[in-house]
Amino acid sequence: MTDVAPPPDAPKPIRLPPIVTMESKEFWEAADREEFIGQKCSDCGTFRFPPQPMCAHCHSLKREDVLLSGFGTVHSWCMPRHPPPFGFREPPIVAVIQLQEGTRFVSNVVGVKIEDMRQDMEVEVCFEDTMNKHKVPVFRPRGK
Amino acid sequence: MARTFTEAAIAGIGATEFSKASGRSELQLAAECAKAACDDAGVDPRDIDGMITFTIDNSDEITLARCLGVKDLAYTTRIPGGGAAAAATIFQAMALVNAGVCKNVLIWRAMNERSQYRFGQPSTDFKGYTNGHGTGTLLWNIPFGAMTPASWGALQAQRYMWKYGLTNADLAHVCVQQRKYAATNPKAWFYQKPITVEDHQASKWIVEPVLRLLDCCQESDGGVAILVTSLDRARDLKQKPVRILGACQSIPYNVEVIANFHHADMTEMPEAKGVAKRLWEMTGLKPTDMQAAMLYDAFSPHVLLQLEGFGFCKPGEAAAFVKSGGMAIDGVLPVNTNGGLSGEAYIHGMNSMAEGVRQIRGTSVNQVTKKSVEHVLVSSGMAGAVLSKD
Repeated sequence: MTDVAPPPDAPKPIRLPPIVTMESKEFWEAADREEFIGQKCSDCGTFRFPPQPMCAHCHSLKREDVLLSGFGTVHSWCMPRHPPPFGFREPPIVAVIQLQEGTRFVSNVVGVKIEDMRQDMEVEVCFEDTMNKHKVPVFRPRGK
Repeated sequence: MARTFTEAAIAGIGATEFSKASGRSELQLAAECAKAACDDAGVDPRDIDGMITFTIDNSDEITLARCLGVKDLAYTTRIPGGGAAAAATIFQAMALVNAGVCKNVLIWRAMNERSQYRFGQPSTDFKGYTNGHGTGTLLWNIPFGAMTPASWGALQAQRYMWKYGLTNADLAHVCVQQRKYAATNPKAWFYQKPITVEDHQASKWIVEPVLRLLDCCQESDGGVAILVTSLDRARDLKQKPVRILGACQSIPYNVEVIANFHHADMTEMPEAKGVAKRLWEMTGLKPTDMQAAMLYDAFSPHVLLQLEGFGFCKPGEAAAFVKSGGMAIDGVLPVNTNGGLSGEAYIHGMNSMAEGVRQIRGTSVNQVTKKSVEHVLVSSGMAGAVLSKD
């Protein structure tokens, strides 16, 4: 990701930081490094989300975090308006992203007006800052 | 107690008033509705021996048992999944009576869900989305602004609506019909306050382009309780017994309550299909054997998804079914005749379960009279029950 550093007078991020659990720690730490990772079974190779200790396919406990392509499509989307969600200056577009690797991830689609949202539109990952100096993966139209 | 299979029945229902500010504690609401259900049945509250509520209910079972003077409690449990627990409480009470381990099972749900806290506001207290609540992936949504049940429900429904070419205007008919029922129900918050399609379309966006204000359930204060006992015993009590002919839960792989984004096909409700499969097998009945249905209506699209999941309509056809009057009092399948959770009150689905009981008893203010009510389906998505006449 080649996001340009924000100008010095950019407003402070107000987005809420992620809630980190034992299972999600690696994911959010990778996001801070602007890496979008997923969990994969080391034995049968099945991707899973959310991260969990056991593979539902082969029951192996062996797992690895792998860098995902960051490509996906908008499977479902909406714009929460009232009450306004915490952490946003303008109402965000929330979307279920169908990832190329087969799992789904709830995130935002950025850089698009609501009237330009299209079902199954192709998107790619980028990162946005949160409070407390964390980052979260969001998605923008692919190749834009 | 001989542990032989014992048929179960609902002997009593009880409720407080439904309001926006009860002015008393949730424990008091719980005690009041529990006592009312026992009185309705003609059972001494001291003889309750099983107690079931939702994991997120704030009233403690032992404290409530102490209020009621329960002599010897044999069983307690709590069911996860928010409102999905509603019909599951009936299932588990039935199973306890079937197994011969309890005689009088009290189900209750009491909340000051308007005056004390509001499910519709962005959450700042995340303990509801952690272990034991059946809502494991919701924590992942918070940084992205999906912080309310409406936002999760809209995300779930949007692909369904897109697939079948539905817009928010198509949802209006569910809401108008439920408010029509509420308008003639003196217990309903929206008693004598029907709405039109125009009112629905003029209400503000909650989650664009899926849900307007009038698509959403209320936030309410109140309590509802149900007393489940054996069919034999119920026959000797005050009310006509309402048999629990069948009841079950179904949580298929990768299904989660409300944040239901990870199963294969988001344009259907696999949990409702799973409940339907078990219920129809268990009872030998089919959708056309139901004379009414009480379907959990957190948001209007979920009524449509359940109508399809249970097989009352083919996929994508529920909106047209409702628009043509299918869920009206003289329709093919009257639905949520109390006004539902949008019209009567939001007591987490339990008030609609009680309406199912009244339809079987023949005592609803909006009684189905076009047909004799023999069977009513009650559903909370992940659980359901078929209630029947004795």
